[in-house]
Amino acid sequence: MHREHAHRLLREMLRIRRFEEKAAELYTLGKIRGFLHLYIGEEAVAVGAMQALEPEDAVVATYREHGHALARGIPAGALMAELFGKASGCSRGHGGSMHFFDTSRRFYGGYAIVAGGLPIATGLALAETMQGRRGVVACFFGDGAVDEGEFAESLNLAALWRLPVVFVCENNLYAMGTALARHQAQTDIRLKAEAFGMPADAVDGMDVLAVEAAMRRAVEAVRRDGGPRFLEARTYRFRAHSMADPELYRTKAEVEEWKRRDPVAAFTARLRAAALLADAELAALTAAVEADLEAAVAFAEAAPWEPVEDVAKDVYTA
Amino acid sequence: MGAGRGRGEGRVHGVTRVTYREAIRGALRDALRSDQRVFLMGEDVGRYGGAFAVSRGLLEEFGPERVRDTPLSESAFVGAGIGAALGGMRPIVEVMTVNFSLLALDQIVNHAAALRYMSGGQLSVPLVVRMATGAGRQLAAQHSHSLENWYAHIPGIKVLAPATVTDGRAMLLAALRDPDPVFLFEHATLYPLEGDLDEAAPLDLRRAAVRREGRDVSLVTYGGSLPKALAAAEQLTAHGIAAEVVDLRVLRPLDMASVLASVAKTHRVIVIDEAWRTGSLAAEVSAQIMEGAFYELDRPVARVCSAEVPMPYARHLEEAVLPQVDTIVATARALVGGHG
Repeated sequence: MHREHAHRLLREMLRIRRFEEKAAELYTLGKIRGFLHLYIGEEAVAVGAMQALEPEDAVVATYREHGHALARGIPAGALMAELFGKASGCSRGHGGSMHFFDTSRRFYGGYAIVAGGLPIATGLALAETMQGRRGVVACFFGDGAVDEGEFAESLNLAALWRLPVVFVCENNLYAMGTALARHQAQTDIRLKAEAFGMPADAVDGMDVLAVEAAMRRAVEAVRRDGGPRFLEARTYRFRAHSMADPELYRTKAEVEEWKRRDPVAAFTARLRAAALLADAELAALTAAVEADLEAAVAFAEAAPWEPVEDVAKDVYTA
Repeated sequence: MGAGRGRGEGRVHGVTRVTYREAIRGALRDALRSDQRVFLMGEDVGRYGGAFAVSRGLLEEFGPERVRDTPLSESAFVGAGIGAALGGMRPIVEVMTVNFSLLALDQIVNHAAALRYMSGGQLSVPLVVRMATGAGRQLAAQHSHSLENWYAHIPGIKVLAPATVTDGRAMLLAALRDPDPVFLFEHATLYPLEGDLDEAAPLDLRRAAVRREGRDVSLVTYGGSLPKALAAAEQLTAHGIAAEVVDLRVLRPLDMASVLASVAKTHRVIVIDEAWRTGSLAAEVSAQIMEGAFYELDRPVARVCSAEVPMPYARHLEEAVLPQVDTIVATARALVGGHG
């Protein structure tokens, strides 16, 4: 493991962790409204997976996409401003928490209809193929999406037409408040992809290195052989589904058990045990993350509001 | 005979005699020839030649990459059209009928229509979706409805109802030039009808069209009801009534200026719409006439719509449910004659 790369992974996960904690704090202060779905606990998935992607690749994510957007390189200020509903937000305040977009980084949303992004990811991959480009589309979704018809339809279409998509299922064991075994007759999600003839892998989603390695294998296989791959990342959401969720469906003991596998703490401990992270390095890294976060909040606070007169702009292009 | 051979025969001053099906096929062929980004996908558009034979011959000419048979997965292939459009292509998606399009409503309403706005203007979705709509062929309650009004309700998409062979071609080509999602509703009874194709017609997606001039009553309609309205107008001459026929053409955004101009001329209006009356496009047009031309009206706006039942199979029942020429004529006579 290269020291610099290890630090990069840790910094990226910390950036997400602290961004989400700050967003929760700002929510309680009323700076952020609407739905807010936090990614805390799942950071290793987005950070690990994003390492395997190039700028020419495309990303499609869900309504719990702050981590993916940060890991893809969208400036935290543009994301925080979007949460504030400001005109400087990455979607000009039209999208909010659930609808981050940045075409300059080929970040295509931000979808709050569960499984709604899968057909679009499939079509983006079709465009890559038809135009002779080599981009791969990384499509993130949760275990709840597996229930939807669009999941089956999209996997079948991508496999049938051998399209360059990596379908990344972030299995956090709950579709909102419904446990996997209570919404799926077959809880081994990989088998569903294999049923469409799609090579599928599963990985410990709490281990950023394991996720990175699995995603690299998948992306390289897509570039080499064509055709889609499926990756199930087994992870856990530490926070409530959204800010409005009293968490009646799971026990505190279960949450505490998973927190012992906290991806940020576990990776930090691992680096220290391997003598790859000195105290001073950790302090510097943490300080840089804090400074970045404070700058993002300040940017969002100072950002202008979209004028109400412009509310009907951009319904149509022309 | 394919449209390619058909066109050119009997050509007089750039106008040829073709069917509505051939006109659309010719537009598809020209679009596929002229722009490598254009491709057609949908159920049975390739080997089968299209459920309504619109795309027959195109697979042979353009190959399976650009004329793509899809699985029976409306949501996935409409959504894939959105994604392909975002990725730089110009997809034409054929959905077999409007009833089947309900399986893709999530992609259409939640995604295609919202993406530009939701992304703060970053994305455009240059997607064209064609589908057959309407009744008249005894296909009962899951193949026959006219639901284009539901689509016309949605900001972010454009909704077209080409009713003539020229519009069958020109509106498809105009849709392909448009940077936003455009939905074309092709009434299934129009496909075999012949008409004059004007290949030089402007590619206009804004204006309604006056198909027949008249001074006594305006028949406002679109799509498969246009031939009925024109037939009714012809019959009305025998009763001394000169009906004006306005073809809406574009159902979203509506060109109400053209409708209101006709109302100002005739002062009486019948809106003919094959959809169910309740919550219909006829209701919207009627409301906008009330808002925009209330004092021009000599009589209340009348509507001729379908009976509010799922479409029955038996021919006599289906005919009883649908707007018919006789009904339009009778409504017009009552409206004009009843005016003291």
